[in-house]
Amino acid sequence: MLELQHISFEVPAEGGGKTKILEDVSFTVSERFVAITGPNGSGKSTVAKIIAGIVRPTSGKVLLDGEDITDLSVTERARKGISFAFQQPVRFKGITVKDLISLAAGTKISVANACAYLSEVGLCAKEYINREVNASLSGGELKRIEIAMINARSTKLSVFDEPEAGIDLWSFNNLIKVFEGMYERTKGSILIISHQERILDIADKIVVIADGKVAQIGSKSEILPTLLAPAGCRYTAKEGN
Amino acid sequence: MAQLDSIQQNLLEQVADIHEIPEGAFSLRVNGQMFDSRSSENIEIVKKTDKPGIDIYIKPGTKKESLHIPVLLAKTGITELVYNDFHIGADSDVTIVAGCGIHNGGSEKSEHSGIHSFFVGENARVRYIEKHYGEGDGNGRNVMNPTTVVEMEKNSYMEMETAQIKGVDSTDRTTKAKLDEGATLIVHEKIMTHGKQYARTYFEVDLNGEDCGTHVVSRSVAKDESKQEFISHVNGNNRSSGHTECDAIIMDKATVSAVPEIMANHPEASLIHEAAIGKIAGEQLIKLMTLGLTEKEAEEQIIGGFLK
Repeated sequence: MLELQHISFEVPAEGGGKTKILEDVSFTVSERFVAITGPNGSGKSTVAKIIAGIVRPTSGKVLLDGEDITDLSVTERARKGISFAFQQPVRFKGITVKDLISLAAGTKISVANACAYLSEVGLCAKEYINREVNASLSGGELKRIEIAMINARSTKLSVFDEPEAGIDLWSFNNLIKVFEGMYERTKGSILIISHQERILDIADKIVVIADGKVAQIGSKSEILPTLLAPAGCRYTAKEGN
Repeated sequence: MAQLDSIQQNLLEQVADIHEIPEGAFSLRVNGQMFDSRSSENIEIVKKTDKPGIDIYIKPGTKKESLHIPVLLAKTGITELVYNDFHIGADSDVTIVAGCGIHNGGSEKSEHSGIHSFFVGENARVRYIEKHYGEGDGNGRNVMNPTTVVEMEKNSYMEMETAQIKGVDSTDRTTKAKLDEGATLIVHEKIMTHGKQYARTYFEVDLNGEDCGTHVVSRSVAKDESKQEFISHVNGNNRSSGHTECDAIIMDKATVSAVPEIMANHPEASLIHEAAIGKIAGEQLIKLMTLGLTEKEAEEQIIGGFLK
């Protein structure tokens, strides 16, 4: 189980003082699917980066299965079972799709196995396996490769920052199937930052973050109606929007 | 034939990816002297009489043959200048593997300078692979200064892959090429320097014939306090296409200078130059660290991929 306890994060403000990005954010992730939603700029991605160890909180603690991991590095957290799919995947000159999937799996995997991960995210494995993860790949292709890497890792906690962005041609149904398959394999938790109703719809728990604070936490049946009501509809988008 | 010792065998493996004397035509130079050579039916190797080096004659129409010409220096204090001329017959298709490995266990400088001249006949295709490698536990410097001169006839094609990854303290590489009608020259250079090493590469390509073209691509990594200079001149003297690119990763206190120059002397010359120098992107390191790699392992993967 992942637990965030009273996480705050501040950055120096222009012209002196400090700007609060996150304030007293606390929630747990022990369910199958947990979604974080909220308006743009509310601090959702910062929460994901704090979980992965890329950003250190100003105060508060991050616990994984009861262990305080607040001071652990990105590498140490990854090795303890946290995976993180970036909102904007990174390009590498010379490193191939197979190289990245092998690194993710932590072992030299066979071409057949690497291909299986790619097929699962709807990429024709033969065409992609030896391609460089460079500027020749589209944003949508990179997002799917990013998801395939998380699948190859199969850790107890997988964090996705807006996985649906740029993959519209592939459809949400398939993305949801991938998440379901991932859960079957790992029996761990999957934390997804998303605006999409279709993704929120599979969540066992939804955390709404607004203005750097937890605005609401609850089950899908408790939260979704409030998000879709006129006052809250700015948080979510229907498919295709 | 005399046998190679283990140091020499290791050097051979590093520069030519082979463990022993290869099949087909070869010429092996060890410690400043011709060690052994063998011609094949289509590839004739003739030792020069007026200066050190060899003439290589590849018969027109020779297909799918390879030639290995490694040079090994395993003694300290050797300085040599070797001239190798390659006469590549029309319509042939050959692979040439050159390379120089130095093991300098002493305190004196070891230096190999090779001047390779290629005369590539009409419609001929050549793949030329050249690796430079240095090692040794002494304080002696390993120096390699290769010069490659290429003359390409109508519709010929040449691909050069050069690599210097380790152990060469100082290098000054010069490549000059003249292309006739329809000829194509592709160059892929890889360089990694560390410690206080120095590497300079200079390219000059004259696109003389109609519809000839070139790509000169250099990728390099400069670590520690090493220095690198990349200079290229691509001259479009006819309707032709040229592209020169230098992409460098800089680390520690290294310095890199890139000067890609293109000159159009004909209104239908189409020329592009690119140069980029920068450190490893922080997000690349972080991405690999989220896969469980340490920062150092991530750096090694990124450099390994970049120079692959």
